[in-house]
Amino acid sequence: MTTHYLVLSALLFVIGGVGVLVRRNAIVVFMCVELMLNACNLAFVTFARQNGNLDGQIIAFFVMIVAAAEVVIGLAIIVTIFRTRRSASVDDVNLLKY
Amino acid sequence: MNGTIPAPTIEYALLAPMLVVFGAAIIGVLVEAFAPRYLRSAIHKPLTLLALAGAFVITIWQARTNIPTRPSAMGAVAIDGPALFIWGTILVLAFVSVLLINDEGHFVASASAVPGSAEEERALTEGAVHTEVYPLVLFAVGGMLLFPAANDLLAMFVALEVMSLPLYLLCGLARRRRLLSQEAAVKYFLLGAFSSAFFLYGTALLYGYAGSVDLAKIGSALGSVGGQDTLLYIGVAMLGVGLLFKIGAAPFQAWKPDVYQGSPTPITALMASGTLVAAFGALLRVFWVALGGLQWSWTPIMWGVAILTMVVGAILAITQTDIKRMLAYSSIAHGGFLLIGVVALGDKQQHNVSALSALLFYLVAYGFTTVGAFAIVTTVRDAGGEAWHLSRWAGLGKRRPLVAVVFSLFLLAFAGIPLTSGFFGKYAVFQAAVEAGATPLVVVGVVSSAIAAFFYVRVIVLMFFSDPAADGPSVVIPGGTWAVGAAAVLATVVLGVFPQPVLDLAHTAAQSLFVR
Repeated sequence: MTTHYLVLSALLFVIGGVGVLVRRNAIVVFMCVELMLNACNLAFVTFARQNGNLDGQIIAFFVMIVAAAEVVIGLAIIVTIFRTRRSASVDDVNLLKY
Repeated sequence: MNGTIPAPTIEYALLAPMLVVFGAAIIGVLVEAFAPRYLRSAIHKPLTLLALAGAFVITIWQARTNIPTRPSAMGAVAIDGPALFIWGTILVLAFVSVLLINDEGHFVASASAVPGSAEEERALTEGAVHTEVYPLVLFAVGGMLLFPAANDLLAMFVALEVMSLPLYLLCGLARRRRLLSQEAAVKYFLLGAFSSAFFLYGTALLYGYAGSVDLAKIGSALGSVGGQDTLLYIGVAMLGVGLLFKIGAAPFQAWKPDVYQGSPTPITALMASGTLVAAFGALLRVFWVALGGLQWSWTPIMWGVAILTMVVGAILAITQTDIKRMLAYSSIAHGGFLLIGVVALGDKQQHNVSALSALLFYLVAYGFTTVGAFAIVTTVRDAGGEAWHLSRWAGLGKRRPLVAVVFSLFLLAFAGIPLTSGFFGKYAVFQAAVEAGATPLVVVGVVSSAIAAFFYVRVIVLMFFSDPAADGPSVVIPGGTWAVGAAAVLATVVLGVFPQPVLDLAHTAAQSLFVR
């Protein structure tokens, strides 16, 4: 019964993961990370149904709050670097290497 | 389901060290909100140091009176011998790092001002400072305390984020070379968020497998749940990625040199010591308590990761020309040495105790030395800030012999030369690994120690046997940095000459192993 949801969750996670690796804009990369977290939430809720306990649903709430906190920090950092460089492309942040 | 939820029991007394640190962090936020600007620094400095010292005293008191034999706070937190030892270590290292943070000139005047703009100029002339640094550090330290003590994967995930989120911000607050600092923050943030998503998906899969995120329940499900092996193995792999990323083990080490270089050096010291200790505590707990029954499956992978980490760390360190990047690669290599101890988990109780106590000792020894090394890095300065390029360190031994001698001592401790703390750390870990039958790993460890010794000695030769440049860097040692250097020298020498008390302490802490 719950297999479809798990497959959807895995698909969302992979889409997010590939997005992080191939997209250039830091904001979009960050959105892809959020997509991965939401894929986790879907998996948690599905497993909660499958296991017949509520732990997974409660965990999903925790994950949402953590994700919200992460947005605050992430946007602050990305906006700061955008103001400095006039670009949010992750290819431009290339001073630190080797 | 009769509509009532039983109230949870929380052992507040046992959680007191964390509560003190988090409480002080919240008071720090209130200070930011309500205290006038000129008072903030004067309130934050004693508040932060007192909170860390107070939490340390409570930890010691707990360790002397009663070490609980079951998990606390409804099974969410496990306060056992190893956890208390790790807490003590983290609190001391954080205290020392805060002394380094206290000295002026490390943090940006106004983080929101664009570098080089009139706004920044104005903030600099007004003498503005970001006192938010102190509550952020306290939150990060609180997360570091919870991370190795978390007894279920949800608490561990929350702790991971509480530890990391303030550090992402702190990375971007360097006063000099602000572009590099901001870049370090972006890289650390994006990669850190990416890896914590892996950790979380691994948690979800293990929850699906075992029906619980409690480490002990996952451990007991390993033998009883059948036919779900795909969930289990993918879950363990993803969880492992999340944890190994925080340690900076190869192939997840790419962030470490960039972040260590770009961050304000006191924050680098905090990350290189505190975060590493906390992450190893969490890794040990997950792989011993929850996944101990799966040992035959993950040990080969861990062997590979340990070998790769040691070799990559040691070889890439040779090619570095920047002192902070070199120390970052050295930190990667040390992560590999510590992973040898993780692999040295045997079937026999005795092996486990010796491996665990060896790891705990190594973490203390390495933590102190690395804070000391980064403290020295803050003192050697050019006109544009700290002198990072190795060529600027040439002839330092002739200009400032004391600084050069102290830095050489730390480098020799990294290399594991006898009579320094690094020697006994490595010796204990290698011995535990040989007892557990991981001799090939020890051979690789010794070889990469030898490779690593090459570049440590190269820096020492550079400092003492080349001529100083006419416009060489100046050495400025503020009071706090002086104290940090002295404490680190003391720890490095005492642990190297007279290690028995701390070894005994680590052994006692490890005796009970992790509670389930």
